[in-house]
Amino acid sequence: MIQIDCPLCGLRDESEFTWGGEAHICRPENPDTVGDEEWGSYLFMRQNPRGNHRERWCHSYGCNQWFNLIRDTVSHKITSIYPIDQLAPESGDDNE
Amino acid sequence: MHRHSILSIAKHALTGHRHWPQFWRTPAPQSHYDVVIVGGGGHGLATAYYLAKEHGICNVAVLEKGWLGGGNTGRNTAIIRSNYLNPVSTRFYDLSLKLYEGLSQELNYNIMFSQRGVVNIAHSRAQLRMMNYRVNALQHAGIEAEMLSIEELKFLMPLLRENSPSGRQTFGGFIQRRGGTARHDAVAWGYARAADALGVDIIQNCEVTGFNQSNGEVVGVQTSQGEIKTSRVGLAVAGHSSELATKLGFRLPITSMALQAMVSEPVKPVLDVVLDGTIYVSQSDRGELVLGGGTDVYNSYAQRGNLPRVENNMSELLDLFPAFSRLKFMRQWAGTVDTTPDSSPIMGHSPVEGVYLNCGWGTYGFKAIPAGGLTFADTIANGRPHPLIDAFSLQRFTSGALIDEGDSSGMDDKEALL
Repeated sequence: MIQIDCPLCGLRDESEFTWGGEAHICRPENPDTVGDEEWGSYLFMRQNPRGNHRERWCHSYGCNQWFNLIRDTVSHKITSIYPIDQLAPESGDDNE
Repeated sequence: MHRHSILSIAKHALTGHRHWPQFWRTPAPQSHYDVVIVGGGGHGLATAYYLAKEHGICNVAVLEKGWLGGGNTGRNTAIIRSNYLNPVSTRFYDLSLKLYEGLSQELNYNIMFSQRGVVNIAHSRAQLRMMNYRVNALQHAGIEAEMLSIEELKFLMPLLRENSPSGRQTFGGFIQRRGGTARHDAVAWGYARAADALGVDIIQNCEVTGFNQSNGEVVGVQTSQGEIKTSRVGLAVAGHSSELATKLGFRLPITSMALQAMVSEPVKPVLDVVLDGTIYVSQSDRGELVLGGGTDVYNSYAQRGNLPRVENNMSELLDLFPAFSRLKFMRQWAGTVDTTPDSSPIMGHSPVEGVYLNCGWGTYGFKAIPAGGLTFADTIANGRPHPLIDAFSLQRFTSGALIDEGDSSGMDDKEALL
Protein backbone atom coordinates (compact mmCIF):
# COMPACT_ATOMS: atom_id res chain seq x y z
CA MET A 1 0.00 0.00 0.00
CA ILE A 2 1.38 3.36 -0.94
CA GLN A 3 0.09 6.74 0.13
CA ILE A 4 0.02 9.65 -2.26
CA ASP A 5 0.14 13.30 -1.30
CA CYS A 6 -2.56 14.73 -3.55
CA PRO A 7 -1.68 18.36 -4.38
CA LEU A 8 -5.23 19.42 -3.47
CA CYS A 9 -6.41 16.95 -0.82
CA GLY A 10 -3.25 15.89 1.00
CA LEU A 11 -2.06 12.41 1.96
CA ARG A 12 -4.47 9.63 0.94
CA ASP A 13 -4.31 5.85 0.38
CA GLU A 14 -3.58 4.53 -3.11
CA SER A 15 -7.04 2.96 -3.36
CA GLU A 16 -8.50 6.48 -3.84
CA PHE A 17 -6.37 7.00 -6.95
CA THR A 18 -6.25 5.78 -10.54
CA TRP A 19 -2.91 5.15 -12.20
CA GLY A 20 -2.64 6.71 -15.63
CA GLY A 21 0.59 5.20 -16.92
CA GLU A 22 3.71 6.91 -18.24
CA ALA A 23 3.64 10.71 -18.28
CA HIS A 24 4.96 13.12 -20.94
CA ILE A 25 4.08 10.97 -23.94
CA CYS A 26 3.74 13.44 -26.82
CA ARG A 27 1.22 12.86 -29.56
CA PRO A 28 2.97 13.45 -32.88
CA GLU A 29 2.29 17.02 -34.03
CA ASN A 30 0.94 16.01 -37.40
CA PRO A 31 -0.57 12.50 -37.36
CA ASP A 32 -1.27 12.59 -41.10
CA THR A 33 2.41 12.73 -41.93
CA VAL A 34 4.00 10.33 -39.42
CA GLY A 35 4.88 6.80 -40.48
CA ASP A 36 3.57 3.58 -38.95
CA GLU A 37 6.73 3.13 -36.90
CA GLU A 38 6.48 6.49 -35.18
CA TRP A 39 2.73 6.18 -34.65
CA GLY A 40 3.12 2.65 -33.22
CA SER A 41 5.85 3.91 -30.96
CA TYR A 42 3.62 6.72 -29.71
CA LEU A 43 0.71 4.34 -29.07
CA PHE A 44 2.46 1.35 -27.58
CA MET A 45 6.16 1.68 -26.71
CA ARG A 46 6.85 2.48 -23.07
CA GLN A 47 9.87 3.24 -20.89
CA ASN A 48 8.91 0.72 -18.19
CA PRO A 49 12.06 1.43 -16.13
CA ARG A 50 13.25 -0.45 -13.11
CA GLY A 51 13.76 2.65 -10.98
CA ASN A 52 12.30 6.12 -11.18
CA HIS A 53 9.20 6.35 -13.34
CA ARG A 54 7.38 9.55 -14.30
CA GLU A 55 3.70 8.79 -14.32
CA ARG A 56 0.21 10.26 -14.22
CA TRP A 57 -2.28 9.72 -11.41
CA CYS A 58 -5.86 10.85 -10.88
CA HIS A 59 -7.44 11.32 -7.46
CA SER A 60 -10.62 9.57 -8.65
CA TYR A 61 -12.33 9.27 -5.28
CA GLY A 62 -11.33 12.75 -4.12
CA CYS A 63 -10.85 15.93 -6.12
CA ASN A 64 -10.79 14.01 -9.44
CA GLN A 65 -7.74 16.00 -10.59
CA TRP A 66 -4.86 14.62 -12.64
CA PHE A 67 -1.25 15.24 -11.64
CA ASN A 68 2.21 13.80 -12.28
CA LEU A 69 4.66 12.19 -9.94
CA ILE A 70 7.98 10.36 -9.93
CA ARG A 71 7.88 6.96 -8.24
CA ASP A 72 10.48 4.24 -7.84
CA THR A 73 9.09 1.04 -9.37
CA VAL A 74 11.00 -1.19 -6.95
CA SER A 75 10.54 0.56 -3.59
CA HIS A 76 7.37 2.45 -4.67
CA LYS A 77 8.84 5.53 -2.97
CA ILE A 78 7.50 8.79 -4.41
CA THR A 79 10.17 11.46 -4.75
CA SER A 80 8.35 14.26 -6.52
CA ILE A 81 4.78 15.35 -7.22
CA TYR A 82 4.13 18.09 -9.79
CA PRO A 83 1.25 19.54 -11.83
CA ILE A 84 0.02 17.76 -14.95
CA ASP A 85 1.04 20.66 -17.23
CA GLN A 86 4.63 20.93 -16.02
CA LEU A 87 7.76 19.41 -17.51
CA ALA A 88 9.39 16.74 -15.39
CA PRO A 89 11.83 17.99 -12.78
CA GLU A 90 15.35 16.57 -13.01
CA SER A 91 14.96 13.14 -11.48
CA GLY A 92 18.59 12.07 -11.62
CA ASP A 93 17.98 8.45 -12.45
CA ASP A 94 15.26 7.90 -14.99
CA ASN A 95 16.89 5.09 -16.98
CA GLU A 96 16.80 6.95 -20.25
CA MET B 1 20.09 -39.19 -17.03
CA HIS B 2 19.02 -41.27 -14.08
CA ARG B 3 15.60 -42.51 -15.14
CA HIS B 4 12.74 -42.40 -12.68
CA SER B 5 10.64 -45.55 -12.42
CA ILE B 6 9.02 -47.76 -9.82
CA LEU B 7 12.17 -49.87 -9.88
CA SER B 8 14.48 -46.90 -9.27
CA ILE B 9 12.30 -45.71 -6.39
CA ALA B 10 12.37 -49.21 -4.88
CA LYS B 11 16.12 -49.44 -5.36
CA HIS B 12 16.73 -46.09 -3.68
CA ALA B 13 14.30 -46.96 -0.89
CA LEU B 14 16.67 -49.77 0.11
CA THR B 15 19.38 -47.21 0.81
CA GLY B 16 17.05 -44.73 2.48
CA HIS B 17 16.85 -42.40 -0.55
CA ARG B 18 20.28 -41.00 0.30
CA HIS B 19 21.92 -41.59 -3.07
CA TRP B 20 19.67 -39.89 -5.63
CA PRO B 21 21.93 -38.09 -8.12
CA GLN B 22 21.80 -34.33 -8.59
CA PHE B 23 19.25 -33.30 -11.21
CA TRP B 24 21.62 -31.00 -13.08
CA ARG B 25 25.25 -29.91 -13.03
CA THR B 26 26.46 -26.52 -11.80
CA PRO B 27 28.94 -25.63 -14.56
CA ALA B 28 31.03 -22.48 -14.86
CA PRO B 29 30.19 -20.60 -18.08
CA GLN B 30 32.34 -21.39 -21.12
CA SER B 31 33.69 -18.57 -23.26
CA HIS B 32 31.47 -19.40 -26.25
CA TYR B 33 28.05 -20.92 -26.88
CA ASP B 34 26.06 -21.47 -30.06
CA VAL B 35 22.96 -20.10 -28.31
CA VAL B 36 22.59 -18.19 -25.05
CA ILE B 37 19.17 -18.19 -23.42
CA VAL B 38 18.69 -15.42 -20.88
CA GLY B 39 16.25 -16.43 -18.15
CA GLY B 40 16.11 -19.79 -16.37
CA GLY B 41 12.37 -20.01 -15.97
CA GLY B 42 9.98 -22.35 -17.71
CA HIS B 43 10.21 -20.70 -21.13
CA GLY B 44 14.02 -20.45 -21.10
CA LEU B 45 14.56 -24.01 -19.91
CA ALA B 46 11.97 -25.45 -22.29
CA THR B 47 13.61 -23.57 -25.17
CA ALA B 48 17.02 -24.99 -24.26
CA TYR B 49 15.55 -28.48 -24.02
CA TYR B 50 13.87 -28.33 -27.43
CA LEU B 51 16.96 -26.73 -29.02
CA ALA B 52 18.96 -29.74 -27.92
CA LYS B 53 16.32 -32.38 -28.56
CA GLU B 54 14.61 -31.18 -31.74
CA HIS B 55 17.44 -29.30 -33.43
CA GLY B 56 20.59 -30.98 -32.10
CA ILE B 57 21.94 -27.65 -30.82
CA CYS B 58 23.42 -28.76 -27.49
CA ASN B 59 26.09 -26.08 -26.98
CA VAL B 60 23.54 -23.91 -25.21
CA ALA B 61 23.73 -21.90 -21.99
CA VAL B 62 20.76 -20.85 -19.89
CA LEU B 63 21.72 -17.83 -17.78
CA GLU B 64 19.63 -17.19 -14.69
CA LYS B 65 20.30 -14.19 -12.48
CA GLY B 66 18.65 -15.77 -9.43
CA TRP B 67 17.70 -19.36 -8.94
CA LEU B 68 16.11 -21.70 -11.43
CA GLY B 69 12.35 -21.22 -11.75
CA GLY B 70 12.41 -18.51 -9.07
CA GLY B 71 10.60 -15.88 -11.11
CA ASN B 72 7.08 -16.10 -12.47
CA THR B 73 7.46 -19.85 -13.12
CA GLY B 74 7.44 -20.46 -9.38
CA ARG B 75 4.97 -17.70 -8.54
CA ASN B 76 1.95 -18.35 -10.76
CA THR B 77 -1.21 -20.22 -9.83
CA ALA B 78 -0.31 -23.09 -12.17
CA ILE B 79 -3.46 -23.00 -14.31
CA ILE B 80 -3.33 -24.61 -17.76
CA ARG B 81 -6.08 -24.01 -20.34
CA SER B 82 -6.42 -23.17 -24.02
CA ASN B 83 -9.84 -21.46 -24.00
CA TYR B 84 -8.73 -18.36 -25.90
CA LEU B 85 -10.55 -16.48 -28.65
CA ASN B 86 -8.48 -15.74 -31.75
CA PRO B 87 -7.46 -18.65 -34.00
CA VAL B 88 -3.75 -17.80 -33.72
CA SER B 89 -4.06 -17.94 -29.93
CA THR B 90 -6.16 -21.09 -29.64
CA ARG B 91 -3.88 -22.99 -32.02
CA PHE B 92 -0.86 -21.99 -29.97
CA TYR B 93 -2.28 -22.55 -26.47
CA ASP B 94 -3.91 -25.83 -27.46
CA LEU B 95 -0.57 -27.14 -28.72
CA SER B 96 0.77 -26.18 -25.31
CA LEU B 97 -2.01 -28.04 -23.53
CA LYS B 98 -1.42 -31.13 -25.68
CA LEU B 99 2.30 -31.02 -24.90
CA TYR B 100 1.44 -30.72 -21.20
CA GLU B 101 -0.67 -33.87 -21.49
CA GLY B 102 2.41 -35.87 -22.43
CA LEU B 103 5.03 -33.90 -20.55
CA SER B 104 5.49 -36.17 -17.53
CA GLN B 105 6.37 -39.05 -19.89
CA GLU B 106 8.43 -36.86 -22.21
CA LEU B 107 10.59 -35.52 -19.39
CA ASN B 108 10.44 -38.66 -17.25
CA TYR B 109 9.45 -36.32 -14.45
CA ASN B 110 6.06 -36.10 -12.78
CA ILE B 111 4.65 -32.61 -13.32
CA MET B 112 1.40 -33.63 -11.59
CA PHE B 113 -0.83 -32.39 -14.41
CA SER B 114 -4.38 -32.67 -13.15
CA GLN B 115 -7.03 -32.09 -15.83
CA ARG B 116 -9.85 -31.24 -13.48
CA GLY B 117 -11.54 -28.72 -15.75
CA VAL B 118 -11.42 -24.93 -15.86
CA VAL B 119 -14.76 -23.20 -15.25
CA ASN B 120 -15.42 -19.59 -16.21
CA ILE B 121 -18.34 -17.88 -14.58
CA ALA B 122 -20.44 -14.99 -15.91
CA HIS B 123 -21.87 -12.32 -13.63
CA SER B 124 -23.63 -10.31 -16.31
CA ARG B 125 -25.49 -10.94 -19.54
CA ALA B 126 -22.66 -9.23 -21.41
CA GLN B 127 -20.15 -11.66 -19.93
CA LEU B 128 -22.40 -14.59 -20.79
CA ARG B 129 -22.66 -13.38 -24.37
CA MET B 130 -18.87 -13.06 -24.56
CA MET B 131 -18.54 -16.60 -23.23
CA ASN B 132 -20.94 -17.90 -25.86
CA TYR B 133 -18.80 -16.17 -28.47
CA ARG B 134 -15.64 -17.77 -27.05
CA VAL B 135 -17.18 -21.24 -26.79
CA ASN B 136 -18.37 -21.01 -30.39
CA ALA B 137 -14.90 -19.89 -31.50
CA LEU B 138 -13.31 -22.74 -29.55
CA GLN B 139 -15.63 -25.40 -30.90
CA HIS B 140 -15.03 -24.05 -34.38
CA ALA B 141 -11.29 -24.46 -33.78
CA GLY B 142 -11.87 -28.05 -32.70
CA ILE B 143 -11.22 -27.38 -29.03
CA GLU B 144 -13.63 -28.85 -26.53
CA ALA B 145 -15.57 -26.28 -24.49
CA GLU B 146 -19.19 -26.14 -23.43
CA MET B 147 -21.59 -23.66 -21.86
CA LEU B 148 -22.84 -24.37 -18.34
CA SER B 149 -26.20 -23.49 -16.84
CA ILE B 150 -26.48 -22.22 -13.28
CA GLU B 151 -27.60 -25.70 -12.19
CA GLU B 152 -24.55 -27.26 -13.81
CA LEU B 153 -22.30 -24.69 -12.12
CA LYS B 154 -23.85 -25.50 -8.75
CA PHE B 155 -23.43 -29.23 -9.42
CA LEU B 156 -19.71 -28.72 -10.14
CA MET B 157 -19.24 -26.34 -7.20
CA PRO B 158 -21.77 -27.10 -4.47
CA LEU B 159 -20.40 -24.32 -2.25
CA LEU B 160 -20.92 -21.65 -4.90
CA ARG B 161 -23.36 -18.89 -3.98
CA GLU B 162 -25.09 -17.82 -7.17
CA ASN B 163 -26.66 -14.58 -5.92
CA SER B 164 -24.83 -12.65 -3.27
CA PRO B 165 -26.05 -9.88 -0.94
CA SER B 166 -23.65 -7.53 -2.74
CA GLY B 167 -26.11 -7.69 -5.62
CA ARG B 168 -24.03 -9.90 -7.84
CA GLN B 169 -25.89 -12.51 -9.83
CA THR B 170 -24.64 -15.54 -11.71
CA PHE B 171 -25.87 -16.00 -15.26
CA GLY B 172 -24.00 -19.14 -16.29
CA GLY B 173 -20.56 -20.10 -17.39
CA PHE B 174 -18.47 -22.44 -19.50
CA ILE B 175 -15.99 -25.21 -18.95
CA GLN B 176 -12.93 -26.54 -20.70
CA ARG B 177 -12.65 -30.03 -19.24
CA ARG B 178 -9.10 -30.64 -20.47
CA GLY B 179 -7.85 -27.63 -18.52
CA GLY B 180 -6.40 -27.97 -15.06
CA THR B 181 -3.29 -27.38 -13.00
CA ALA B 182 0.25 -28.74 -12.83
CA ARG B 183 3.03 -28.40 -10.32
CA HIS B 184 4.87 -25.36 -11.62
CA ASP B 185 8.25 -26.05 -9.98
CA ALA B 186 8.21 -29.56 -11.43
CA VAL B 187 7.81 -28.13 -14.93
CA ALA B 188 10.95 -26.01 -14.48
CA TRP B 189 12.88 -28.82 -12.79
CA GLY B 190 11.77 -31.41 -15.33
CA TYR B 191 12.86 -29.29 -18.28
CA ALA B 192 16.12 -28.35 -16.52
CA ARG B 193 16.95 -31.98 -15.75
CA ALA B 194 16.18 -33.12 -19.29
CA ALA B 195 18.06 -30.20 -20.89
CA ASP B 196 21.08 -30.77 -18.67
CA ALA B 197 21.14 -34.43 -19.68
CA LEU B 198 21.36 -33.33 -23.32
CA GLY B 199 24.40 -31.16 -22.57
CA VAL B 200 22.82 -27.74 -21.91
CA ASP B 201 24.70 -25.65 -19.33
CA ILE B 202 22.35 -24.16 -16.74
CA ILE B 203 24.15 -21.33 -15.00
CA GLN B 204 22.44 -19.83 -11.99
CA ASN B 205 23.42 -16.61 -10.17
CA CYS B 206 24.58 -15.25 -13.49
CA GLU B 207 23.07 -11.89 -14.34
CA VAL B 208 23.30 -10.43 -17.83
CA THR B 209 24.67 -6.90 -17.50
CA GLY B 210 25.07 -5.96 -21.14
CA PHE B 211 25.43 -7.06 -24.73
CA ASN B 212 28.26 -6.81 -27.25
CA GLN B 213 27.11 -5.72 -30.68
CA SER B 214 28.90 -5.29 -33.96
CA ASN B 215 27.19 -3.75 -37.01
CA GLY B 216 23.75 -4.23 -35.51
CA GLU B 217 24.39 -7.88 -34.73
CA VAL B 218 24.84 -9.41 -31.31
CA VAL B 219 28.26 -10.99 -30.79
CA GLY B 220 28.26 -11.67 -27.07
CA VAL B 221 26.74 -11.07 -23.67
CA GLN B 222 28.36 -9.53 -20.61
CA THR B 223 27.45 -11.28 -17.40
CA SER B 224 28.28 -11.13 -13.72
CA GLN B 225 30.42 -14.22 -14.39
CA GLY B 226 32.34 -12.78 -17.33
CA GLU B 227 31.84 -12.35 -21.06
CA ILE B 228 30.33 -15.03 -23.26
CA LYS B 229 30.67 -15.00 -27.05
CA THR B 230 27.61 -16.01 -29.02
CA SER B 231 25.78 -15.03 -32.19
CA ARG B 232 22.30 -16.03 -31.06
CA VAL B 233 20.58 -14.81 -27.89
CA GLY B 234 17.07 -15.71 -26.77
CA LEU B 235 15.51 -13.42 -24.18
CA ALA B 236 12.98 -15.12 -21.89
CA VAL B 237 13.00 -12.83 -18.89
CA ALA B 238 9.31 -11.88 -18.52
CA GLY B 239 8.94 -8.72 -16.42
CA HIS B 240 12.57 -7.73 -16.95
CA SER B 241 12.41 -7.70 -20.75
CA SER B 242 12.22 -3.91 -20.96
CA GLU B 243 15.46 -3.57 -19.00
CA LEU B 244 17.36 -5.85 -21.37
CA ALA B 245 15.75 -4.16 -24.38
CA THR B 246 17.03 -0.81 -23.07
CA LYS B 247 20.55 -2.30 -22.90
CA LEU B 248 20.14 -3.44 -26.50
CA GLY B 249 18.88 -0.03 -27.59
CA PHE B 250 15.20 -0.60 -28.37
CA ARG B 251 11.89 -0.27 -26.57
CA LEU B 252 9.09 -2.76 -26.03
CA PRO B 253 5.33 -2.24 -25.60
CA ILE B 254 5.56 -3.86 -22.18
CA THR B 255 4.48 -2.65 -18.77
CA SER B 256 5.74 -4.66 -15.82
CA MET B 257 3.08 -5.16 -13.17
CA ALA B 258 2.90 -7.03 -9.88
CA LEU B 259 0.58 -10.04 -10.00
CA GLN B 260 -0.25 -11.56 -6.65
CA ALA B 261 -1.16 -15.03 -5.53
CA MET B 262 -1.89 -16.51 -2.14
CA VAL B 263 -2.68 -19.84 -0.49
CA SER B 264 -4.91 -20.77 2.41
CA GLU B 265 -4.39 -23.37 5.08
CA PRO B 266 -5.12 -26.90 3.82
CA VAL B 267 -8.66 -28.25 4.14
CA LYS B 268 -10.47 -31.36 2.96
CA PRO B 269 -11.51 -31.45 -0.72
CA VAL B 270 -14.10 -28.73 -1.34
CA LEU B 271 -13.42 -27.55 -4.88
CA ASP B 272 -12.42 -29.97 -7.61
CA VAL B 273 -12.42 -27.65 -10.60
CA VAL B 274 -10.42 -24.52 -11.34
CA LEU B 275 -12.69 -21.49 -11.12
CA ASP B 276 -11.78 -18.55 -13.33
CA GLY B 277 -13.81 -15.40 -12.92
CA THR B 278 -13.13 -12.08 -11.26
CA ILE B 279 -10.60 -14.13 -9.31
CA TYR B 280 -9.21 -17.58 -10.02
CA VAL B 281 -9.15 -20.25 -7.36
CA SER B 282 -8.33 -23.93 -7.24
CA GLN B 283 -7.56 -26.42 -4.52
CA SER B 284 -4.09 -27.92 -4.52
CA ASP B 285 -3.38 -31.60 -3.91
CA ARG B 286 -2.35 -30.65 -0.37
CA GLY B 287 -5.77 -29.08 0.18
CA GLU B 288 -4.75 -25.43 0.12
CA LEU B 289 -6.88 -22.99 -1.82
CA VAL B 290 -4.67 -21.27 -4.38
CA LEU B 291 -6.03 -17.83 -5.16
CA GLY B 292 -5.13 -15.11 -7.64
CA GLY B 293 -6.75 -12.09 -9.20
CA GLY B 294 -5.78 -9.20 -11.42
CA THR B 295 -2.52 -7.34 -11.32
CA ASP B 296 -1.86 -4.48 -8.96
CA VAL B 297 -2.91 -1.18 -10.47
CA TYR B 298 0.46 0.43 -11.22
CA ASN B 299 3.73 -0.80 -12.72
CA SER B 300 6.13 -2.42 -10.31
CA TYR B 301 9.29 -4.52 -10.17
CA ALA B 302 8.88 -5.15 -6.45
CA GLN B 303 7.90 -8.85 -6.59
CA ARG B 304 5.68 -8.23 -3.62
CA GLY B 305 1.98 -7.62 -3.54
CA ASN B 306 -0.12 -4.80 -2.28
CA LEU B 307 -2.87 -4.81 0.32
CA PRO B 308 -5.73 -3.34 -1.78
CA ARG B 309 -5.53 -6.25 -4.24
CA VAL B 310 -5.41 -8.79 -1.39
CA GLU B 311 -8.56 -7.27 0.10
CA ASN B 312 -10.20 -7.27 -3.31
CA ASN B 313 -9.34 -10.92 -3.97
CA MET B 314 -10.59 -11.94 -0.54
CA SER B 315 -13.90 -10.11 -0.88
CA GLU B 316 -14.44 -11.64 -4.32
CA LEU B 317 -13.69 -15.12 -2.96
CA LEU B 318 -16.11 -14.73 -0.05
CA ASP B 319 -18.76 -13.27 -2.30
CA LEU B 320 -18.62 -16.48 -4.34
CA PHE B 321 -17.94 -18.91 -1.50
CA PRO B 322 -19.16 -17.60 1.87
CA ALA B 323 -18.20 -20.98 3.39
CA PHE B 324 -14.51 -20.02 3.11
CA SER B 325 -14.89 -17.06 5.49
CA ARG B 326 -13.07 -18.70 8.37
CA LEU B 327 -10.14 -20.01 6.36
CA LYS B 328 -6.75 -18.63 7.30
CA PHE B 329 -4.42 -17.59 4.52
CA MET B 330 -0.83 -18.72 4.99
CA ARG B 331 1.29 -17.16 2.29
CA GLN B 332 1.05 -14.35 -0.22
CA TRP B 333 3.56 -13.33 -2.86
CA ALA B 334 3.84 -11.61 -6.24
CA GLY B 335 5.62 -11.92 -9.55
CA THR B 336 6.60 -9.22 -12.04
CA VAL B 337 4.48 -9.85 -15.12
CA ASP B 338 5.16 -8.34 -18.54
CA THR B 339 1.79 -7.09 -19.77
CA THR B 340 1.23 -6.03 -23.38
CA PRO B 341 -1.45 -3.74 -24.86
CA ASP B 342 -3.35 -6.65 -26.45
CA SER B 343 -2.69 -9.34 -23.82
CA SER B 344 -0.83 -11.49 -26.35
CA PRO B 345 2.85 -12.44 -26.19
CA ILE B 346 5.73 -11.00 -28.21
CA MET B 347 7.84 -13.68 -29.90
CA GLY B 348 10.33 -13.75 -32.73
CA HIS B 349 12.83 -11.27 -34.14
CA SER B 350 13.99 -8.21 -32.22
CA PRO B 351 15.41 -5.06 -33.86
CA VAL B 352 18.91 -6.44 -33.13
CA GLU B 353 20.10 -9.21 -35.46
CA GLY B 354 20.62 -12.45 -33.57
CA VAL B 355 18.49 -11.45 -30.58
CA TYR B 356 15.14 -13.20 -30.31
CA LEU B 357 12.24 -12.21 -28.08
CA ASN B 358 10.06 -14.43 -25.93
CA CYS B 359 8.18 -12.04 -23.67
CA GLY B 360 4.91 -10.24 -23.09
CA TRP B 361 3.45 -13.28 -21.36
CA GLY B 362 1.67 -11.13 -18.81
CA THR B 363 -0.67 -13.23 -16.71
CA TYR B 364 -0.69 -16.29 -19.01
CA GLY B 365 2.91 -17.48 -19.35
CA PHE B 366 2.85 -20.73 -17.39
CA LYS B 367 0.28 -22.48 -19.58
CA ALA B 368 2.36 -21.50 -22.62
CA ILE B 369 5.66 -23.00 -21.49
CA PRO B 370 5.84 -26.17 -23.65
CA ALA B 371 4.59 -24.54 -26.87
CA GLY B 372 6.58 -21.39 -26.13
CA GLY B 373 9.76 -23.41 -25.72
CA LEU B 374 9.10 -25.57 -28.78
CA THR B 375 8.32 -22.70 -31.15
CA PHE B 376 11.01 -20.40 -29.72
CA ALA B 377 13.67 -23.10 -30.14
CA ASP B 378 12.53 -23.58 -33.73
CA THR B 379 12.67 -19.82 -34.30
CA ILE B 380 16.22 -19.52 -32.96
CA ALA B 381 17.46 -22.64 -34.75
CA ASN B 382 16.13 -21.57 -38.15
CA GLY B 383 16.46 -17.80 -37.84
CA ARG B 384 12.81 -17.19 -38.75
CA PRO B 385 9.59 -17.18 -36.74
CA HIS B 386 7.88 -20.54 -36.31
CA PRO B 387 4.56 -20.43 -38.27
CA LEU B 388 2.56 -20.71 -35.04
CA ILE B 389 4.10 -17.57 -33.56
CA ASP B 390 4.42 -15.45 -36.70
CA ALA B 391 1.44 -13.33 -35.62
CA PHE B 392 3.00 -12.67 -32.20
CA SER B 393 5.85 -10.60 -33.68
CA LEU B 394 6.95 -7.25 -32.31
CA GLN B 395 6.14 -5.90 -35.78
CA ARG B 396 2.39 -6.07 -35.01
CA PHE B 397 2.70 -2.91 -32.93
CA THR B 398 3.75 -1.09 -36.09
CA SER B 399 1.37 -2.80 -38.52
CA GLY B 400 -1.56 -2.62 -36.11
CA ALA B 401 -2.39 -6.34 -36.39
CA LEU B 402 -3.03 -6.71 -32.66
CA ILE B 403 -4.43 -9.94 -31.24
CA ASP B 404 -6.84 -8.86 -28.54
CA GLU B 405 -7.05 -11.49 -25.80
CA GLY B 406 -8.04 -9.11 -23.02
CA ASP B 407 -11.09 -11.19 -22.23
CA SER B 408 -9.45 -14.62 -22.44
CA SER B 409 -6.41 -13.58 -20.43
CA GLY B 410 -8.71 -12.22 -17.75
CA MET B 411 -7.19 -8.75 -17.90
CA ASP B 412 -10.44 -7.05 -18.89
CA ASP B 413 -12.87 -8.09 -16.16
CA LYS B 414 -10.23 -8.14 -13.45
CA GLU B 415 -9.10 -4.62 -14.22
CA ALA B 416 -12.66 -3.36 -14.30
CA LEU B 417 -13.02 -4.23 -10.62
CA LEU B 418 -10.67 -1.62 -9.27
